[in-house]
Amino acid sequence: MARTATYQQAINEALAQEMERDETVIVMGEDVAGGLGTDGERDAWGGPLGITKGLYGKYGDRVMDTPISESAFIGAAVGAATAGLRPVAELMFIDFMGVCFDQIFNQAAKFRYMFGGKAETPVVIRTMYGAGLRAAAQHSQCLYPVFTHIPGLKVVTPATPYDAKGLLIQAIRDNDPVIFCEHKALYTLEGDVPEEPYALPFGEANIVREGDDVSIVTLGRMVHVATEAADALSGDGIECEVVDLRTTSPMDEDTILETVENTGRLVVLDEAHPRCNMATDIAAMVCEKAFDSLKGPIKQVTAPHTPVPFADTLEDLYIPDAAAVQKAVKAVMESSK
Amino acid sequence: MQLSRDDLLTAYRIMRTIREFEERLHVEFATGDIPGFVHLYAGEEASGVGVCMHLDDRDRIASTHRGHGHCIAKGCDVDGMMAEIYGRRDGLCAGKGGSMHIADLDKGMMGANGIVGGGPPLICGAGLAAKQLGTGGVAIAFVGDGGSNQGTTFESLNLASVWNLPCIFVIENNGYAESTSSKWSIACDDAADRASGFNMPGVVVDGHDFFAVHEAAGEAIKRAREGAGPSLLECKLNRYYGHFEGDAQTYRGQDEVKKLRESRDCLALFRENVTSAGLLEGAELDAIDREALAQIDGAVTKAKTAPPPTAADLLTDVYVTY
Ligand SMILES: Cc1ncc(C[n+]2csc(CCOP(=O)(O)OP(=O)(O)O)c2C)c(N)n1
Ligand SMILES: [Mg+2]
Repeated sequence: MARTATYQQAINEALAQEMERDETVIVMGEDVAGGLGTDGERDAWGGPLGITKGLYGKYGDRVMDTPISESAFIGAAVGAATAGLRPVAELMFIDFMGVCFDQIFNQAAKFRYMFGGKAETPVVIRTMYGAGLRAAAQHSQCLYPVFTHIPGLKVVTPATPYDAKGLLIQAIRDNDPVIFCEHKALYTLEGDVPEEPYALPFGEANIVREGDDVSIVTLGRMVHVATEAADALSGDGIECEVVDLRTTSPMDEDTILETVENTGRLVVLDEAHPRCNMATDIAAMVCEKAFDSLKGPIKQVTAPHTPVPFADTLEDLYIPDAAAVQKAVKAVMESSK
Repeated sequence: MQLSRDDLLTAYRIMRTIREFEERLHVEFATGDIPGFVHLYAGEEASGVGVCMHLDDRDRIASTHRGHGHCIAKGCDVDGMMAEIYGRRDGLCAGKGGSMHIADLDKGMMGANGIVGGGPPLICGAGLAAKQLGTGGVAIAFVGDGGSNQGTTFESLNLASVWNLPCIFVIENNGYAESTSSKWSIACDDAADRASGFNMPGVVVDGHDFFAVHEAAGEAIKRAREGAGPSLLECKLNRYYGHFEGDAQTYRGQDEVKKLRESRDCLALFRENVTSAGLLEGAELDAIDREALAQIDGAVTKAKTAPPPTAADLLTDVYVTY
């Protein structure tokens, strides 16, 4: 029987195995060990949710706590990546990209191309994103579309523990800057995770569920919302094919086009805001490249165009749910030829 | 600066209200009724109150994630704050902000902040506006020891100095940023040492001592009001609870908090000071203690039963919806 582990354990294990394999891999970030300079326990935190806990005990000073100076340490990770290390820097919440974005998008993202192909920047920025923890407007955003927009960055959004481990190992071995986005509501999710190290290639979407009536293309936590909706719709005689992007950059256009060619109907589901997100991007791509396969209009299901609200009543309304997906799928069925 | 009897009673009342507010939240959070992240200010009251006692409606403050104390010290409505923390519709931010984003712009409270280092640039703007409009107002950013290392803080110190702004940067050094010691994270001995590099006064005070904070803040604020420019004030103090509620605090020494509560508690020190000097009677302070308890009790009861926001509120206060 396969071993099960949580999303969080899978990430920790990927980091540990890559640190074991390659001593140029280092981990840095605020409280990634914790307790630095105090009278109490060292490795007191392992990050605010304990994701990196235990790495300090195994790898000592290769697990580096930082001051709250994101521009400096994210930039230092980028610089170190150009000079022989493979840093995995933790930007605690994706929302904090605001205080260090230059080092990511004007520096790391540009080197390879701007320097005429001579630079390699094997840096990984791990960061948590997404709503659901009542963490309000500055700790809950889905900002992966912002990174996806920028040439030179690879953007990864694992939906399962299995993918989290395999994609993180790939991210660390990759020679380009990778933004590794972890959905904070998935950390406790369990699933099969092989104990040995394995890498999953970027740009290969995963068909999570097969079906011939409607394709639901989605990513991250929304994969589970889509699956829930698909299970319910199956009872009504509608079979959905659920496609998990896994990486938004590179994005697997072929798999998206194939599923649309098969079903002729498309719902795109994205937890990000409705303008310039993955849903709009995929809808546009499908219209351009598979218009003739479509039997009717595409439907998008996204969060609303508002900051993430604090109150639980509002946040629950904010996050796209299975009912919204079912409604969209039915609408697509009805409006198609 | 001379404090009247009324001032002393007011200072004690506000500090006690903050303490009661935070101690009660600690208890209520454990029941699971309060959503999200809550960072308590208990132990640090003398700083927020010592500074804000000098302020009036012209003046603005920017706070941090640990903002409840600053809010109360700047006059935010306690019921409205409590309702906000419970995510209620009649909370100060209509339930949309929560603990980390309480704001009351009418009171000059520019907001708690989820982004470490978010406040200092904002007070440069508030200071600039006060200067340009000639209001005589000052702008104050509260910053943690951790936040003192953020690039935005350094840039703001410099900007405030070169623009000669009526700004005060109050660094509340409680020894930790999450689980990391400020002794490690700040490269110089005191964060206040940095002030000289920005050509402004930098003063260290015992942040448990209301009178020390009040006096030092008074100097800085007077200076700012007179057009003599920004200052940095570092208050050395302690927090009684974890970084956020739920933090096991294994990075702290054994009995660390217990000893602090016994020896350096700002409320106990205040009481000792004013009663031994014969300025106030113990019984007067006891009465304030009881009133604060009743006030917070009432705030919690109201917040618990207040209605939450509804679907109609989700899409309001953005200029466009799709
Ligand atoms: C830009 C940014 N980086 C990191 C965080 C996460 N974070 C929240 S509070 C905190 C520690 C702050 O320490 P300090 O400034 O000393 O304030 P204290 O909590 O001690 O009051 C950290 C790292 C954040 N909210 N924003
Ligand atoms: Mg601190």
